[in-house]
Amino acid sequence: MRKLSLALALVALLAFAGSAAAAESILVGTTTSTADTGLLDYLAPKVLKDTGLDMRWIAVGTGKALEHGKNCDVDILMVHAPGAEKKFIAEGHGVSRTEFMFNDFVFVGPAKDAAKIKGKNAADSLKSIAAAGATFASRGDDSGTDKLEKGLWKHAGLAVPDKAAWYMQVGQGMLATLRMAAERGAYTITDRGTWIAFDAKERGKSGLVILSEGDMALRNQYSIILLPPTCSKIKHEAAKKLQAWFVSKTGQKAIGDFKVQGKQLFTPNAGK
Amino acid sequence: MDYFSEGLARAVELLLALDPETFSAVWTTAAVTALALGASLIIGLPLGFALGHFRFPGRRGVRLFVDWMLSLPTVVIGLIVYALFTTYGPLGEWGLLFTVSGMAVGLTILGLPIILSMTATAVESTDAALTQTVLSLGADKTQLLLATLSEARFAMALAAASAFGRIVSEVGIAMMVGGNIKWHTRTITTAIALETGRGEFATGIALGIVLMLVALVVNLLVALLRRRAG
Repeated sequence: MRKLSLALALVALLAFAGSAAAAESILVGTTTSTADTGLLDYLAPKVLKDTGLDMRWIAVGTGKALEHGKNCDVDILMVHAPGAEKKFIAEGHGVSRTEFMFNDFVFVGPAKDAAKIKGKNAADSLKSIAAAGATFASRGDDSGTDKLEKGLWKHAGLAVPDKAAWYMQVGQGMLATLRMAAERGAYTITDRGTWIAFDAKERGKSGLVILSEGDMALRNQYSIILLPPTCSKIKHEAAKKLQAWFVSKTGQKAIGDFKVQGKQLFTPNAGK
Repeated sequence: MDYFSEGLARAVELLLALDPETFSAVWTTAAVTALALGASLIIGLPLGFALGHFRFPGRRGVRLFVDWMLSLPTVVIGLIVYALFTTYGPLGEWGLLFTVSGMAVGLTILGLPIILSMTATAVESTDAALTQTVLSLGADKTQLLLATLSEARFAMALAAASAFGRIVSEVGIAMMVGGNIKWHTRTITTAIALETGRGEFATGIALGIVLMLVALVVNLLVALLRRRAG
């Protein structure tokens, strides 16, 4: 075993030495929504131009992103699960949480709307779905969206229907969940960005439509979190610089300018 | 909705246009596969040979362990390697998390048992037939070893090809340890996973075709070498 690990280390170190970096890179731990919608691809060149930072990202569910942060494996976090974030900060894993943009969630479901949730607020929608026993697709992956959905059940005064036959816990990303919802004629909660991308791809023929939207409880707040000094090896200065860019006028405008299918996805709200 | 024809057309398009993102992923895949396969072969061939050729106490136990490790799920390897390489993990000092080298370490753990097991099996089966013949011809132990080595070489090539196949197509380790960072640790397989997650099924299939083409080129080269050697 000793020989083995030595040889492994040697091979790894050789390769590592060969891959020296050029511009200052910064590793962002973020959620699939910021990457899947193309927002980060759109912002990266602007960040490079304004700050000289080469932004790289690991896009995973919020749960995993926070875990990466806890382990000091990334330089900065960009996530959207206020409840979990506050706990994260309270436990000393993160500092200077700054809200900087939001998008919103919508209820989508089959156009014939058997559970009659159209126009209802979030809590009543869930109550109707549960009462009708209509199939509901849940992310079930501890992502920000999943956490929000679980919170909404509580908000509606209901237990999360963990074992209900109609409650389908998909354990995958938003697009995969939407696709499954479409195939099974299920209701689900999705961030609007992913919905727009999905609907455009399906040319509006997925069978799913937006049924309930606009409730404040459906607002999806994104924040940037810095990691504490105990993470001694990460790039603190670069992280501060990046955070400053995101809340700056330039950064905020760039976020507002980002469009998918001609629709604005994220609303900048730093300092509001 | 015709993902196949759309995917095929897109694959041709990506390759002909020398799409930088695709080629970055191809390059990362090639680098990580070469590293992992190289390490697996350097460690695995001699050890596998020894495991098949020599009789020592505990050999059966080691054999069993190696065969057992063939079933190690890649997601678990990914988790183990992540736990080792995370900044304050036991090997965090090495700074290998979210790097090509880190992925290579994980993929070596995937490839090594394949090389070990297949090499040992090949040597065992040649040994049985060969030993008597060679020894009856008056060969000494070194000559027997060399004869076995030469007899087992094609089986070893097969072991290498199998390990190559597993490593080049792996996605769980690459995702967990590499982090799928664009331009850096995004391999063809993690790119496929990403595109599939995005609902870009045709692009996913296109990248799959690209991966298979890369594998074909490698297999053709190996076949060519074998013909030369044979």
